[in-house]
Amino acid sequence: MDLTLHVWRQSGPKDKGKLETYPAKGISPDMSFLEMLDEVNEELIKTGKSPIVFDHDCREGICGMCSQTINGKAHGGQDRTTVCQLHMRSFKDGDEIFIEPWRARAFPVIKDLIVDRTALDTIMQAGGYTSCHTGGVPDGNAHPIGKPVADYAMDAAECIGCGACVAGCPNSSAMLFTSAKVAQLAVLPQGKHEAMARVMNMTDTMQAAGFGNCTNHLECEASCPKGVSVKFIAKLNREYMKALVS
Amino acid sequence: MILDGKTPTGPIEKTWDKHRFDMKLVNPSNKRKFKVLVVGTGLAGGAAAASLGELGYNVEAFCYQDSSRRAHSIAAQGGINAAKNYPNDGDSIYRLFYDTIKGGDFRAREADVWRLAQVSNNIIDQCVAQGVPFARDYAGYLDNRSFGGAQVSRTFYARGQTGQQLLLGAYSALSRQVKAGTVKMYERHEMVDLVVVDGVAKGITCRDMITGELKSYWGDAVCLATGGYVNVFYLSTNAMGCSVTAAWKAAQKGALFANPCYTQIHPTCIPQTGDHQSKLTLMSESLRNDGRCWAPKNKEDCDKAPGDIPEEDRDYYLERKYPSFGNLAPRDIASRAAKEQCDDERGVGPGKRGVYLDYATAIERVGEHTIKERYGNLFEMYEKITDENAYKRPMRIYPAPHYSMGGLWVDYNLMSNIPGLFVLGEANFSVHGANRLGASALMQGLADGYFVIPYTIAGYLATITPGVVTDEHPAFKESIEQVQAQTDKLLNIKGKKTVSEFHRELGKVMWEDVGMARSESSLKNAMQRIPEIRDEFWKNVNVTGSSNETNQQLENAGRLADFLEFAEVFTADALHREESCGGHFRTEHQTDDGEATRDDENFAYVAAWEFKGAGKAPELHKEPLKFDNVKLAVRSYK
Repeated sequence: MDLTLHVWRQSGPKDKGKLETYPAKGISPDMSFLEMLDEVNEELIKTGKSPIVFDHDCREGICGMCSQTINGKAHGGQDRTTVCQLHMRSFKDGDEIFIEPWRARAFPVIKDLIVDRTALDTIMQAGGYTSCHTGGVPDGNAHPIGKPVADYAMDAAECIGCGACVAGCPNSSAMLFTSAKVAQLAVLPQGKHEAMARVMNMTDTMQAAGFGNCTNHLECEASCPKGVSVKFIAKLNREYMKALVS
Repeated sequence: MILDGKTPTGPIEKTWDKHRFDMKLVNPSNKRKFKVLVVGTGLAGGAAAASLGELGYNVEAFCYQDSSRRAHSIAAQGGINAAKNYPNDGDSIYRLFYDTIKGGDFRAREADVWRLAQVSNNIIDQCVAQGVPFARDYAGYLDNRSFGGAQVSRTFYARGQTGQQLLLGAYSALSRQVKAGTVKMYERHEMVDLVVVDGVAKGITCRDMITGELKSYWGDAVCLATGGYVNVFYLSTNAMGCSVTAAWKAAQKGALFANPCYTQIHPTCIPQTGDHQSKLTLMSESLRNDGRCWAPKNKEDCDKAPGDIPEEDRDYYLERKYPSFGNLAPRDIASRAAKEQCDDERGVGPGKRGVYLDYATAIERVGEHTIKERYGNLFEMYEKITDENAYKRPMRIYPAPHYSMGGLWVDYNLMSNIPGLFVLGEANFSVHGANRLGASALMQGLADGYFVIPYTIAGYLATITPGVVTDEHPAFKESIEQVQAQTDKLLNIKGKKTVSEFHRELGKVMWEDVGMARSESSLKNAMQRIPEIRDEFWKNVNVTGSSNETNQQLENAGRLADFLEFAEVFTADALHREESCGGHFRTEHQTDDGEATRDDENFAYVAAWEFKGAGKAPELHKEPLKFDNVKLAVRSYK
């Protein structure tokens, strides 16, 4: 099939950037979206133009590196799908496709479709861990964890840290990202001892990094390629209240 | 040169404990005076950086991704082995040791494997303490499953995302140290050279992938945890950025590369659909626990819908050939068997390179619900990529390059032949021999990072004075100039072919001639083709853009330039090893019914190659392997 792409091109953080139009011809429905971009890039190189720069790595939907807003939707808007797992069969011949980077104040554009997501790492550094030492920990079965609790923690831990929740949120909030880690560790016996400090430090850091707050649009859950639930935001709020009043 | 692995002597079960006691320690107040560079932040590198930082060393860690949470360890699905024996089914450290040696086809060092089995239990405890949400039973205890040909249930797992969860555990420990200021993290930095001063590793040169700036970093020791090299095949299950570059830069500086021909081809990947394909997707081997592999008995049936092929016309080839292991036969055996079906023109799907993995029997036995619970995410992934529903129609699978058992040569302390250069995880050659068992890669990465390097690096650092060589030494400036010269050379070729075109060409040669089954003539053909491709690359590649900007074409070109040198050493190793063992299958060395024939008399050694320059024959160094605790046996899964 033949498509027309409108791609965000921006040479660096200081450049204003704009949409450029490129044809994508002879695209197979079995291609992934990124393979389609590979093809377009090969054409651009052959015609002496600079290829489109985009983040990607594992191409199997787990590393969280790929980050594109396609037709206004983070990762293209297909249910529980990263850009690298989006396939061209979900488009049709003649389609026009708009491709932009994540848009958020806390994610400055580096070049074309690449943004700087180090703010997410900073949130994790503020408390997204248990303070255990390497070695000197008890046997793995010393603290039984009921299956429902373990499953709840795992549901939260599915987050791949791609930032789609931020890109999808009208407030550019990182609440879903932050809450997933807060909730995972708060319910586990290994993590609950530091739960109060964790929730305070992580939310403070989130705000300081320039992310907005949550006003219940639920776009984050809809954008999340792993289907991480907004119930974790509710859990974060409860944890926050508990920490505030204690 | 005969290499010495420096393995401790005495009863094997005491080797690690004795060695830990014999090694020197670094005084707590002196640790901060030592600077350690860790390259790569996957399971091995992330765990090492976190643990060394916590001990008080001054650590700088580097990764090419935009965050240390994204290394390709994250893609491991199935699980991690440990000798906990929680299910009370007969497991022990000895059994895990034995299975790993045997699974590796008797081509690994006994003491290294023993240590791995011994610390495997600590890893599980560590991960639980970090909050890794392993699967649990209703009583709240850790759940185990049998995996990849093991006859005990020793595999711990977190849904189909065990690698992700373990890596996030290591990443959280690393984040804690970054916050504490013991680790300085450099993201989007690619190592492009190793700095060696008077024969000792003293630093690295990196390219800042945002600005393009080349900068050198000094350290009292350098730890490479930079993963494997199977992207030399172009299509593999590795991430797009995985390369041999960091390891190869060390090889160019004299580090020996051991057993490069031992690569693992994973049997359960989604087949290729066309030339546009950029990577292959693996589906966890656990799928074979319930799925049955088959191909049509008759060529004429290959184009039919699988449901239209009656039971009697299906060849359940693994069950037929290996009645006791059946569909759980080890990876190399299952992969080759799939290829045989396709070579026999009985493959299915696009290009006829695929076989079926069928769940009908399992769904009938335990119900669709249970299958969904076990493999739901994998079935979903399969459907996303192929648009086919595997509950209704058998999956199509085909083998794909997946893991490299070979890597930089290291001694028992994980130190290469260059003093001060340590190599961890998949990047070294140490424990998997000629073939890696399922759920062992995660175990090795974390073992090396959490529980080996924190001890063994002290043994080295205690013998040197910290900070004697810094980046003021002229070797650092030379390194930057040398890298800049190569970069300029690449950018000035301005040829007609793209980097991907060359990579695809190399990959095709490697897959056809140095892939799953190798013969003298195929390897000789590759030995001729690789230098041809390399020569053309250096004359006709088109690398766009400049060196002082974000330039992904330049990154890829640099990586491919290294693959083009490495591929020749890889092939030379495969050609010299006149036997079949594990992932290395030479068609000349097989029994009448197609089983691999090992030659213990002549090849029970580690082949460590010294690179002598592109186009020059590498020099072979041997480390003989001794087996005092296991009896060399013919690996039989019949």
